[in-house]
Amino acid sequence: MIETTNITKERIKESLKEGKRFDGRKFDEYRKLVIESGVSKKAEGSVRVKLGETDVVVGIKMDVVAPYPDGLDEGVLMTSAEFLAISSPRYEPGPPKIGAIELARIIDRGIRESKYVDFKKLCIKEGEKVWQIFIDIYSINDDGNLLDAAAIGALAALKSAKIPKYDEKTERVQYGEWSDKKVPLVEKNTPFTITIHKIGDRLIVDPNREEEDASEGRVSIAMSGDSSENFINAMQKGNVATFSIEELEKVLELVEDQWKEIKGKFDKIVK
Amino acid sequence: MATKDTHNPKDSGATESKRDSAGFKRPDGRKIDETRHMKAEVGIIPNADGSAMFSFGDTVAIAAVYGPKQLHPQHLQNPETGILRCDYSMLSFSVTERIRPGTSRRSQEISKVTEWALAPALNIKDFPNTVVDVHINILQADASTRCAGINAAALALAHAGVPMNDIVSSVSIGKLDRQLVVDVSKAEEDWEEGEGATDIPFAFTGGKIALLQLDGKIRPKELKEAAKLAEKALKKVYEVQKEALKKAGIKEESK
Repeated sequence: MIETTNITKERIKESLKEGKRFDGRKFDEYRKLVIESGVSKKAEGSVRVKLGETDVVVGIKMDVVAPYPDGLDEGVLMTSAEFLAISSPRYEPGPPKIGAIELARIIDRGIRESKYVDFKKLCIKEGEKVWQIFIDIYSINDDGNLLDAAAIGALAALKSAKIPKYDEKTERVQYGEWSDKKVPLVEKNTPFTITIHKIGDRLIVDPNREEEDASEGRVSIAMSGDSSENFINAMQKGNVATFSIEELEKVLELVEDQWKEIKGKFDKIVK
Repeated sequence: MATKDTHNPKDSGATESKRDSAGFKRPDGRKIDETRHMKAEVGIIPNADGSAMFSFGDTVAIAAVYGPKQLHPQHLQNPETGILRCDYSMLSFSVTERIRPGTSRRSQEISKVTEWALAPALNIKDFPNTVVDVHINILQADASTRCAGINAAALALAHAGVPMNDIVSSVSIGKLDRQLVVDVSKAEEDWEEGEGATDIPFAFTGGKIALLQLDGKIRPKELKEAAKLAEKALKKVYEVQKEALKKAGIKEESK
């Protein structure tokens, strides 16, 4: 079935009012997180992330390019996402639509604004040559919450990536050969993106497909920090539901709690 | 500063950010909770069903509404309700470095969040199979363009007579180093000292948050303050919008 029916959406809403999710999870409980490395040997780094039955792959490719005028000594980041037609009957082949564009931009901003990547270390020659990092995200199976899964995937892929060899004389990247240098990352700035969904007046995390269809509003937050202090680096409210200031405060509490959970799981799996 | 405070007793219930602000200077000399000069005008595009301009200082947005009208192609129609469709774009010469005309990933995303910000204020259930098209163009950009765009669009929707529960009002809150400020200008967006600049566009409708985005670095506690600061500043934006509607002869219906 392509669309979730209105009856199902109503039942999800009613059930949440009684404190229950269809699959028995708690409101603040993520599905099982699995991170596997090495989707493509040709990539500088790649991972596959599963959240329950949601499945995404994220790959890193790199190139040497001219820097942007506003960052002559800084590397360049480009994040894109595609919801593949194989991942759901609701997607079709073709250029990314707004859903994929928004997902990529939210993840991009989290990584950029947190300064997780040390862009200055990606400078080869100031004003002339810098490394560009492409983070490319593809959905393999969409069972809801592609966003949080893809955000975790982007972090894990970056962590796994090695910088290719670069020949200074020919000015060419020697694709297929890698240096022993990894992408320069700043651990304490790791930005975990956590999305809170509003269904009726209930707030939940990690919706499955049906729940996400029933969701009327969401707030995605990219948060970095350590045990002493957290920082919000990027945030976006999506969809049409509005949030009162009190609800926003609840969202922030939930995100801070989930941040610890996700970080704990991530650090255990990704070394 | 001290004299201003005595002139304005309302401000004496200062927020924490304000107490910190002693001595904080904004590039254009504004108070931390002061927007740039706002202008609003309704009915600027005769062809449109509704239209308006809204400006924050040098940021100028115009918006036009066409509809509700029959939606084509037919398969996009929704027999249960009318549909809102927004498009936001910047003119190529609205910024110092020319923007390539046409849509970009940025403009597509802003179009979408604008749509989400305006939708909760609209009541177009009774217009099945129709679309309300909202077109927003930025003539001149000095930051906070999506906020100006939303303010203009909300006015244009009211001007078009599209049934609305409330107007939508939008303003950006900035965090410059550790200082929260209202209505971020380009000079402030490029703030580099201390913790740099964090930009937080807000829109409220019916007392609730309809648009919320953020770029930068901010503590959860500071964000809560930012939301309250936005809510307060938006009362002034709301007044400017209401004045413009009144001038165009559009009255608020009492509920």
